Amino acid sequence: MSKTHVTTKVNGDEVEFLCDPRETLLDVLRDRLHLTGAKEGCGTGDCGACSVTVDGRLVCSCLILGVEAEGKEIGTVEGIAEGETLHPLQQKFIEYAALQCGICTPGILVATKALLEKNPDPSESEVRYWLAGNLCRCTGYDKIIRAVMDTAAEMREAS
Amino acid sequence: MKYYKPATFEEAIALVAGAEGVTRILAGGTDVLVQMRSDIITPDTLIDIKAIPGTHEITRTEDGGWRLGIAVTGAEMSEHPELGRDWPGVVEAMDLIGSTQVQGRATPVGNLCNGSPAADSVPAMIAAGAVVTVTGPEGSREIAVDEIPVGPGKTSLAKGEIITALTLPPRGAQGGDAYLRFIPRTEMDIAVVGCAVNLRLNGDVITEARMVLGAVAPTAVVVHAAADALVGRTLDEDALSALSDLAEASCNPIDDKRGTIKFRTHTAGVLARRAAKIAYSRAKGAKA
Repeated sequence: MSKTHVTTKVNGDEVEFLCDPRETLLDVLRDRLHLTGAKEGCGTGDCGACSVTVDGRLVCSCLILGVEAEGKEIGTVEGIAEGETLHPLQQKFIEYAALQCGICTPGILVATKALLEKNPDPSESEVRYWLAGNLCRCTGYDKIIRAVMDTAAEMREAS
Repeated sequence: MKYYKPATFEEAIALVAGAEGVTRILAGGTDVLVQMRSDIITPDTLIDIKAIPGTHEITRTEDGGWRLGIAVTGAEMSEHPELGRDWPGVVEAMDLIGSTQVQGRATPVGNLCNGSPAADSVPAMIAAGAVVTVTGPEGSREIAVDEIPVGPGKTSLAKGEIITALTLPPRGAQGGDAYLRFIPRTEMDIAVVGCAVNLRLNGDVITEARMVLGAVAPTAVVVHAAADALVGRTLDEDALSALSDLAEASCNPIDDKRGTIKFRTHTAGVLARRAAKIAYSRAKGAKA
């Protein structure tokens, strides 16, 4: 099977890889670029654990082929913190204990960061609807929602 | 599997027409990639149409309608400042599909070509009178959306043909559309019943009416008698009752884990009433 050469940007860095056209972007991120933050929960776009942004748009990386990344800008959970400094969302998730097993957390961080960039002042129901495609089987969601609401309030004050 | 990213529709059609085995068109991929992963379909040829110019654009047509490129996503439709003012029912139907993540990729044309009886955007597009441009080696033709699905997973497209554009007609004065679906939860589920209504009024009196049901038959069902029941009258209790009865009578559903035949049939009547009321209030100027 011939592989396709792809040039893309991941978290601001230019990267190149060879992939089989059947490989998903999630496969490429995890197995070729060794960015294992995005998780495979379902592999069918239902759980959101593999959430990334492509040209700023929130998507499931399991529903995109690696070859489709050509010329795009990919954002993953690895790009959220600045060096050792956590993003306010990451700090609040720790403060609120908004995670237990943590499998869903990278996807939820990527998804909520995309939400707050689009809407810095979401209502609780807007947050819940936005995250409807990010399944968490541990927390019951409440701590996640509270962490997001508090982060949004703090980021609004800081800006 | 061979992956192609043609730069023009001519190139795409030549690829489709010349390909052997199983061919799939890749736009948003929210059905195609799931089917590939589940080994339901293993394409020999996958044609990504997103590099073709215009496939991401939403533009006004000369007559005041809308033309949507075939890679336009649900998110792009919802974010568009004007499309939802003209066709709130079509936009809300598309917006009901999947999660935020799925909305970032899923397309109405993909929803149509996937051929699911429960496709949310399809009844709304049919009620709106949407047309698709179908292009093949012999040229292009315009086909009403309701002529595309012919059964679960099956479309009327011939080998070598692909959909190259979606057109919504001009909204015109005193028109309104609406789409409602029933699911047993609030998000992330497949329609048990869907119902789209598109009305035009003269004052309070209905002058045009189209109702389309989803998920209650092998394809979306156009309830042609809805026009006879509604045109020339206001949306009073008698009209709503007649509409509800017609919706129930038009159902030919399956029994499955999502709903029984009896439940789907009853729900179709309820949704018909509610969607008609929303469409009526929108036609009278209510904002979506």
